[in-house]
Amino acid sequence: MEYFLKLLLSGTTKGSIYALIALGYTMVYGVIQLINFAHGEIYMIGGFTALIFGGFLYSMGLPAPVVLLISVILAIVYAASFGFTIERIAYRPLRNKPRLSALISAIGISIVLQNFVLLAQTEKYLAYPSYLPDLPFLQPVKQYINATQFIILIVTALIMVFLTMLIKYTRIGKAMRATAQDKDMAQLVGVNINQVISITFIIGSSLAAIGGVLICSYMGQINYYIGFIAGIKAFVAAVLGGIGSIPGAVLGSFVLGWTESFGTGYLSSDYEDAFALLILVLILTVKPEGLLGKNQKQKV
Amino acid sequence: MKKRVLVLSGVLLALSLVLVGCQGGGGGSIKIGVAGAHSGDLASYGLPSVNAAKLVVKEINEKGGINGRKVELVVEDDQCKPELATTAASKLVSNKVVAVIGHICSGATKSALGIYKDSKVITISPSATNPPLTQSGEYPNFFRTIAPDDAQARLAVTFIAEKLGLKKLAVLHDKGDYGKGFAELVKQFAEERGIEVALFEGVNPGAPDYSAVVNKIGNAKVDGVVWGGYHPEASKLVQQMREKGINVPFISDDGVKDNTFIEVAGKYAEGVYATGPTDTTQNPLAIKAIEDHKKEFGSEPGAFFLNAYAATQALLNAIAKAGTTDYDKVVAALRSEYVETPLGNISFDEKGDVIGYGFSVFQVQNGKYVELK
Amino acid sequence: MKQNGILKDIAQALLQGVWFVFLLFPLLVMKVSVVGGVASVTFRWTNIPLVFVAAVGGSLLWRWALRWNEQKGARDPENSLGVRIQNGVSAFLKQNRLARVVLPLLLIGALLAYPLVSGMYHTNVMISALIYVILALGLNIVVGLGGLLNLGYAAFFAVGAYTYGLLWKHTGPWLAQVGIDPSWLFWISLPFAGLVALLFGVLLSLPVLRLRGDYLAIITLAFGEIFRMVLQNSGDITGGATGISLIPRPWFFGVKLTPHMAAIYIYYITLSLVVFTIFVVRRIENSRVGRALEAMREDEIACEAMGIDLVKNKLITFALGAFWAGVAGVLLAAQTTYINPDSFTLWESIMVLMAVVIGGTGSIPGVIAGTLVLKLLPEYFRALAQYRMLLYGVAMIIVILFKSDGLIPRRRTEYRLEQEGSTSPEGHL
Repeated sequence: MEYFLKLLLSGTTKGSIYALIALGYTMVYGVIQLINFAHGEIYMIGGFTALIFGGFLYSMGLPAPVVLLISVILAIVYAASFGFTIERIAYRPLRNKPRLSALISAIGISIVLQNFVLLAQTEKYLAYPSYLPDLPFLQPVKQYINATQFIILIVTALIMVFLTMLIKYTRIGKAMRATAQDKDMAQLVGVNINQVISITFIIGSSLAAIGGVLICSYMGQINYYIGFIAGIKAFVAAVLGGIGSIPGAVLGSFVLGWTESFGTGYLSSDYEDAFALLILVLILTVKPEGLLGKNQKQKV
Repeated sequence: MKKRVLVLSGVLLALSLVLVGCQGGGGGSIKIGVAGAHSGDLASYGLPSVNAAKLVVKEINEKGGINGRKVELVVEDDQCKPELATTAASKLVSNKVVAVIGHICSGATKSALGIYKDSKVITISPSATNPPLTQSGEYPNFFRTIAPDDAQARLAVTFIAEKLGLKKLAVLHDKGDYGKGFAELVKQFAEERGIEVALFEGVNPGAPDYSAVVNKIGNAKVDGVVWGGYHPEASKLVQQMREKGINVPFISDDGVKDNTFIEVAGKYAEGVYATGPTDTTQNPLAIKAIEDHKKEFGSEPGAFFLNAYAATQALLNAIAKAGTTDYDKVVAALRSEYVETPLGNISFDEKGDVIGYGFSVFQVQNGKYVELK
Repeated sequence: MKQNGILKDIAQALLQGVWFVFLLFPLLVMKVSVVGGVASVTFRWTNIPLVFVAAVGGSLLWRWALRWNEQKGARDPENSLGVRIQNGVSAFLKQNRLARVVLPLLLIGALLAYPLVSGMYHTNVMISALIYVILALGLNIVVGLGGLLNLGYAAFFAVGAYTYGLLWKHTGPWLAQVGIDPSWLFWISLPFAGLVALLFGVLLSLPVLRLRGDYLAIITLAFGEIFRMVLQNSGDITGGATGISLIPRPWFFGVKLTPHMAAIYIYYITLSLVVFTIFVVRRIENSRVGRALEAMREDEIACEAMGIDLVKNKLITFALGAFWAGVAGVLLAAQTTYINPDSFTLWESIMVLMAVVIGGTGSIPGVIAGTLVLKLLPEYFRALAQYRMLLYGVAMIIVILFKSDGLIPRRRTEYRLEQEGSTSPEGHL
């Protein structure tokens, strides 16, 4: 039983890690139906930027909480700027072109960003100093969950609530939903879709940056290549939950995390990914639009 | 329509024809190839060999070459990918090299050897440790200046059984050619000695979290964990094990015997065991080679530098002793002649493995790898 | 007016220069290193003017290029340079009997002479490219004709390579003992691997028939990865991560070929298979099935309403695509003589997809062009060393932005009634 609980917890940790990245992924997809392959790279850049500014501020002698706060804010600013710039350069000109073209452009961006960081920084793995606080009240259960895991869980939940509220109740959320449904129609009723899409990218990239800081702190290391695998996993999670759906991305991530964890724990980690992907195949064959995806009527 | 297809594909092919450059013959010089990962994510393993070969060749040429002939290097990148290794190998063979220092990764070496073997090109790898390369007897032209993985695994198991006295092990690997190969050998040797292997599993390299498999280790109640693979995963595993209160010995291979591991794993690295090539940096020749490197390239040499240095020396020595670049005579000289190198006084056995140089066990103590005698 | 426009451009470019300096500041100017768990930063101030100048220049160029591209698009698409050359060449061929005979002969001659005049290295590079041409033409059936996004295509490639590899691994030594040359297996594997891959294609597509678009993409991705994992983990049968080595090169009348001769030989085999593939794919395109596939790509629901069996068509698409990947796999195994699961990752599937899209989805010359560009450029970019991949990514983005339909977009055969008694067979309805 204790073993079961431990596995459940590690599955939850995994799930919340995937969810942090999947949320931004699914949001961008929901609005412009683009598989944003470069999302994983934005996450990596977020992690790197925080490491760089954190290192700089720490060497200036600032205390850890201040370093954390400023470096997270700067990471968000930079990731958002990258997201904004990428959309302007590589996605916007292709908006009315075949969808595959935009996908290839996204893959191109992903290659460029990876190699840019490789050349501008380093090809080596770097240790990732964590400025996250140590939560004393977790001391008795620290074998089960540590402070970083706990913070990741809480932040994931907060972001999910924030995004759901944003999309449901705010003006910009309404504009996003309108853009998602029909770009031309949205434009006709006075939505500035360029602006809406830019904002979508800015928010999605900011989320990726938060994910970058937290997940790198948890792993204790960073490297230019970490975005690729994370991006694929998050994509799978988002599809599993019904791509475009915010709660779906979180649910999908947890299902993925639990499947991997229990698969590893009770069967074998040799096939860890295979279990996750089999669950995906099963769910999609039963429910082709994902767990919480809306079944859209197709029209000719 | 059909014509257009033809014409267009023709134009494209013609364009690629234009790109073909002609390669002239090298006159009287002896050509030696250097192949390995010189770009991409594994470049840090391949580039030091190029520098090593350059240094040795420079020294020889300053002394007037071998039997009056200058030595010339031909450097080719394979990014450690089998399909690129084939093209790199065919480029070297087209260039009429006598021998090749390389390749770096075992997989790439295997695919390149398919070409070298038939073209009778001697191949000396500074780093490909996959056992069948020498032990299968399939590649009579292959030599290496590093001990094969089974020697490493045997050493690790001997150490586990005799020094640490462990009875029940968890053996993990990264599913890769190198890591899984090492892990399988450790399992085999451990079971031969009556050590129980309670857990034998591969984990996904690059995954953000290994807590599930760490829980499984905890559940299996083992008294030692062996890892076959590289350092990024090792540091995550060690960290998560220690955080969950699993304080059993962690033993790994030379993929982890890298200072980056200590940097990244930080305090969790303390006490970790790793097998790796015997430390010969105190050897006077090694000190000189490293000094030369600093003078020439302005930096500390990287991985497998000394191995590549020794490989080049052994090769040039064999050519000099044979007095010719004839394949059979050079191979015979490699097997019979001993040569002083930074790795010690080495030669090669019938299969192509190095004699006079092996592995040792290291432990992280106070943030440094210390050789255990 | 005009001058004003230029000034505005420059002002904008300067602004963008500032923006890029801001954007790239942390990654390009600050360099982080972590020692003993503490990060520290060194500054590389000299990079700032570099970034600024590059960004301003790049921005100006970019702006003008975009404008030029727009204007070009606004003109008659029939009038673009590529189309004009194509038309010019085909008109020239139509009029000039001699050229119609000589040009193809020249082309065939060049293709045949290639491995003889170039060295073994260039032959091997070209073989790799041609293997990818077969792969891309196969994927083009799935993506270009059927409109189904397949991200697990490398799995079928692996099926082909492993069919040959395993056949050799499990029967080769025995055959050699009996005194039969095991390199015969290549010729048996070639059609056999195609069929095995085809079977896999049918089996794998069964559960995905209900899915469309990106859901289909992710399922095919899943299958591709699962297949690779099975290869990796079933070590007793497939050799696991270690792979299969010493796969024999193709049999040639019992003669033991030197690697150079073998490369030439494989080149000719691959070339003939490419020609055969082009022939078959063109036949498919113009067949009843091909038309049905195109209808399916345009609109599944309308297509179904017209009485086309979608399930059957999707099965056919996947099966046909898989067949060619299987054939290409055998060639890969024979060329490299060594295979392991790492050669069939998701990245490989993405590469082939990129070749198809960059060349021009659905267009055969386009796909060939895309593949050659994608496979040959990096080979000749070698001199650029570590900047190679960066430039590669940049080149891809530029191509797709400026030619978003691909290098040589697909042009449908048009049927037009011509006034004065037409001479071309295409002109008749």
